[in-house]
Amino acid sequence: MIEAGQHNSPARRAWQRFRKNRAAVISAWYLLALVAAVLIWPVILKVAGAHFVQMHEPDQLSDALFAPPDSQHWFGTDVHGRDLFSRMLFGAQISLLVGVVGALVSLVIGVLWGAIAGYVGGRTDAVLMRIVDVLYSLPTIMFVIVLLATVGEMLKHTRLVKSSPFLENSMHVILLFVGLGAVSWLTMARIIRGQVLSLRVRAFVEASRTLGARPYWILIRHIIPNTFGVAITYLTLTMPSIILYESFLSYLGLGVQPPMASWGTLIAEGVAQINPIRIYWWLIIFPVAIFVATLLALNFLGDGLRDAWDIKSRN
Amino acid sequence: MYFVRRLIFAVPLLLVISALAFGLIRIAPGSPFDSERAPATPEIERNIEAKYHWNDPIWKQYLDYLDGLIHGDFGVSTKYRDRSVSGIILQGLPVSATLGILAFGFAMGVGLPLGFFTAARRGRWEDFTGSFLAIVAVCIPGFVVAPILILLFSIKWRLFPVGLWESPWHTVLPMISLGLLFAGRVARLMREGMLNAIQSEFVVAARAKGLSENRLLLKHVVRIALLPVVSYSGPMLADLLTGSFVVESIFQIPGIGVFFVNSALNLDAMLLVGLSLLYAIILVGMNLFVDLAYTWLDPRVKYD
Amino acid sequence: MSVARTLSACFLVLTLFISGCIRSEAPADVTILNQAEPQSLDPAILTGQADMRVAIGLFEGLTRLDPVTAHSIPGLAEGWDISPDGKTYTFHLRTNLVWSTGEPIRADDVVYSWIRTLNPATASEYAGELYYLKNAEAFNTNGITDASKVGIHALDPFTVQVQLNHPTPFFLDICAMPMTYVVPRQTIEKYGDRWMMAKPLPASGPFELVYWRLNDKVRLKKNPLYWDAANTKSDIIDLLPVGSANVAINLYEHGEADVVWDAALIPSELLDVLLKRPDFHTFNYLGTYFVRFNVTRKPFDDPRVRQALAMAIDKKRIVERITRGGEETASHFVPDGTANYTSPDGLEYDPDQARKLLAEAGYPGGKGFPRFAYLFNASAGGGSKIHEKIAVELQQMWHDELGINMDLHQVEWTAYLDALTQLNYDVARSSWVGDYNDANTFLGCFVSNDGNNRTGWKDPQYDSLIQQANEEVDIKKREQLFQQAETILVSNQVPIAPLYFYKGINYYDTNKIRGIYPNLLDDHPLQSIFKVK
Repeated sequence: MIEAGQHNSPARRAWQRFRKNRAAVISAWYLLALVAAVLIWPVILKVAGAHFVQMHEPDQLSDALFAPPDSQHWFGTDVHGRDLFSRMLFGAQISLLVGVVGALVSLVIGVLWGAIAGYVGGRTDAVLMRIVDVLYSLPTIMFVIVLLATVGEMLKHTRLVKSSPFLENSMHVILLFVGLGAVSWLTMARIIRGQVLSLRVRAFVEASRTLGARPYWILIRHIIPNTFGVAITYLTLTMPSIILYESFLSYLGLGVQPPMASWGTLIAEGVAQINPIRIYWWLIIFPVAIFVATLLALNFLGDGLRDAWDIKSRN
Repeated sequence: MYFVRRLIFAVPLLLVISALAFGLIRIAPGSPFDSERAPATPEIERNIEAKYHWNDPIWKQYLDYLDGLIHGDFGVSTKYRDRSVSGIILQGLPVSATLGILAFGFAMGVGLPLGFFTAARRGRWEDFTGSFLAIVAVCIPGFVVAPILILLFSIKWRLFPVGLWESPWHTVLPMISLGLLFAGRVARLMREGMLNAIQSEFVVAARAKGLSENRLLLKHVVRIALLPVVSYSGPMLADLLTGSFVVESIFQIPGIGVFFVNSALNLDAMLLVGLSLLYAIILVGMNLFVDLAYTWLDPRVKYD
Repeated sequence: MSVARTLSACFLVLTLFISGCIRSEAPADVTILNQAEPQSLDPAILTGQADMRVAIGLFEGLTRLDPVTAHSIPGLAEGWDISPDGKTYTFHLRTNLVWSTGEPIRADDVVYSWIRTLNPATASEYAGELYYLKNAEAFNTNGITDASKVGIHALDPFTVQVQLNHPTPFFLDICAMPMTYVVPRQTIEKYGDRWMMAKPLPASGPFELVYWRLNDKVRLKKNPLYWDAANTKSDIIDLLPVGSANVAINLYEHGEADVVWDAALIPSELLDVLLKRPDFHTFNYLGTYFVRFNVTRKPFDDPRVRQALAMAIDKKRIVERITRGGEETASHFVPDGTANYTSPDGLEYDPDQARKLLAEAGYPGGKGFPRFAYLFNASAGGGSKIHEKIAVELQQMWHDELGINMDLHQVEWTAYLDALTQLNYDVARSSWVGDYNDANTFLGCFVSNDGNNRTGWKDPQYDSLIQQANEEVDIKKREQLFQQAETILVSNQVPIAPLYFYKGINYYDTNKIRGIYPNLLDDHPLQSIFKVK
């Protein structure tokens, strides 16, 4: 299948193809810039002068309520006079992390689960998919309440948590990640299983089976790589929902604790301002725009990477 | 035979779901009978708990509940004290289901053509624009879309009502708000399915046989390309038919979507379990339907 | 062509399908947005304000509320005699009382309704408000089983006599509260817990229930057989349950609703604009927003710490920046305007004094003060998130003025109530709205064994002052006793720190809607409301 006569390595050729995809390259730069800003901004706040910090500390209240964007507050301020720009950058930490955790869980557990169910079939398939059905039908909110309140309360009194102030402070967020991760892989598993059901009867799979390849080898070598296209596509579809689901939980009082913000909560705060009387537009435009831009970038990056690595797609 | 076995399998599945949901409520903190105003004496709260058998051992409550189920009684709501669970579901489900079917139609009607089109024009500007629109639809949450639609189409231009559920006009904005996200997802999955199918060996073979490109796309590719969308439509339909908290609250629609959230927050045990069962039944039914559709779309798929 | 035809056929089928699910009916005379979905309309069971505001149209008690002043006026009883010791009330029923289904309403029905509320099997949360009756508490808590020992009896078909434990100056107000409403015995005995769903539902009040669809609408129509039907101003009233401020304002601005009567249904960010409009009406009512301290936990067991925290709150900023409805800041607990009572002043905003107190308690400049959490509930459904905003402000104020650090702990409603009841919190947001117009409905909460105390605070002196006050017949002396008690509560011991008094806000166009009057209980009998034609 490989064309002859090239001395370039596959990785190098993939990279060259990727570089030609303008949307993917721009997306990559945008994401790099965003991550850099998210990482550097807290450092700037540490070293900058008191006045600058007073102005931009994400949780610092001020008298400038609902100030529109200007040279001091680049994205304007909210109901407490807090700097929206800074809150967006700090909120990015939570939201990007939620997205990444959700994506990893759904990629690793979801793909494996679905692939095994679909490939092995029979009773294994039935059991695995019924487990997915059960988890899918369980009331998510109830699950999160129990996880955060009951399990959180129990863990709070364990020695491990008590001994580490970091764990004590971030336990709520960690449990939140666990909860979001736990529900994020279910649909992925279903879709991958469906894909595998049709893949395992394809000619190339049949061929290697008749050639005597071991089942797990077929699974890893032939089946799973062929599901990556669908997996990545669905992944880019789940990430926004996971990030937004966090905001829904926050809205119910189960997500991040104020005054901490996430993109989801900032968007929700902005949307609460949409009414026929008066609209503080900056509270909606900036959070939504940055959120959508970031997810678009992730999508195009995902597409670009996939195309670059996908040998069959070359024309 | 396989499908009959699946149906029989659904019964223990429902038992497991109801038991887990029941258990979750009981280990959550608080009680459904806590109220902001404490009653004058603790005995009053005990009277209420006695009435709803709250202090019985949990296995007994669950068995009582199952006993009721066998007799067709889904129990009572502890939040809406004048209501039975079946009454609440019977009243709200038709509304949610109507809206869900409309949104499903919208998602398919917009998503499938868009996905087909972007895949057929892969790599050109039409692909880029179409994909861009689909991704934006996926990323903008319903709770942003709905208020903006209301502001523009209801308040500003007065084309549609701002909410409530009274005439076909009232369904348009909720349908779009609910369906947009799914339309975007369907478009993306369809595009991916198309790209996969175009490369699959038998399509290559058909192309070699000299079938025209358009006929090829329509006749052979679409069937295979629909597979990811079809897998996804099981859970998607289950989600859509059982209503949406966000859209129902924003448009003031009397469906059951809000109860999925509120019953958990209120620790309304029987309502929550009843809704979970309803959801599970719809999900199992839809997934079964999806698997049937699979064998029809791709005859090579076999279940053993 | 064929595609177009298929599409139009689909559309036709769809339209038919939808119109099948959707109703058409006569428009209401008045449409009211009534906050949350009622949990119940059964007068013995209901607890929420939204529930009461519907039930007040369906059923009536011996007295009812005057729509203008919210004072009790004759209802099903046309008059009453009070014995000189203030412990026996004899009510004389009107002779022309009938249910909306035509059967007569007699003294037995009144007795049945009251006893039903007190019956433990009914499980009424408000049964406690009838403990003023002789033997009522014992009967309600399974102490005695003989209902005839409870202090309410029918002397003849038109006379009801009630015996009380103590003279209770606000007893006639109690007789207008929902748990005393007269309810239809036959229907209840026939349908049990589901009796509200019975058709027809006999009503004793000015309206009948046409239907009540969950999360959708309650529709009421005039009850022509009500004794005062001549003064029922509207034929059909719709009440919609709306939980979100943005939905409410959309429906109102779009003309789908005539009246919005809950302050929570108004986005607080817009109040600066809205309050200037002629269709927005604010008024005082009996409600207080305050902070509870858990005095069983260190360092809040020290009154100086509690005083310091209370005095470091800039309440003015909170009412001007956050609530914005023209609320008055609160230094005391009982709202101004409460009948026969004037509150003593409590602690004022004084950061210097607060720092001094905190230093005296052993935490100069906040040094060594343990990190603690502020508990509040997520206002799910409501858009304004007032609790969160106040929490954020308090966090900053206590940090800036006292140098102490606090985490915010937002939880959902049932977990919040559970934490309060179990005393599983450090500091918590709270509010209290008066059930009737008397200082006791506020101050009675903080008696040691009261279920609403929820601070762990116990003070024998306070308890005895409240008890003396409630046994006192002389109104002036009673006021003094209450004042002494309140001083302990808000100045000396400070288990709570009041922030502000609620402001009621309703919106409706006075040129179109009449018959709604601002009053201290924020109660608005439906009977008097109508739209100008």
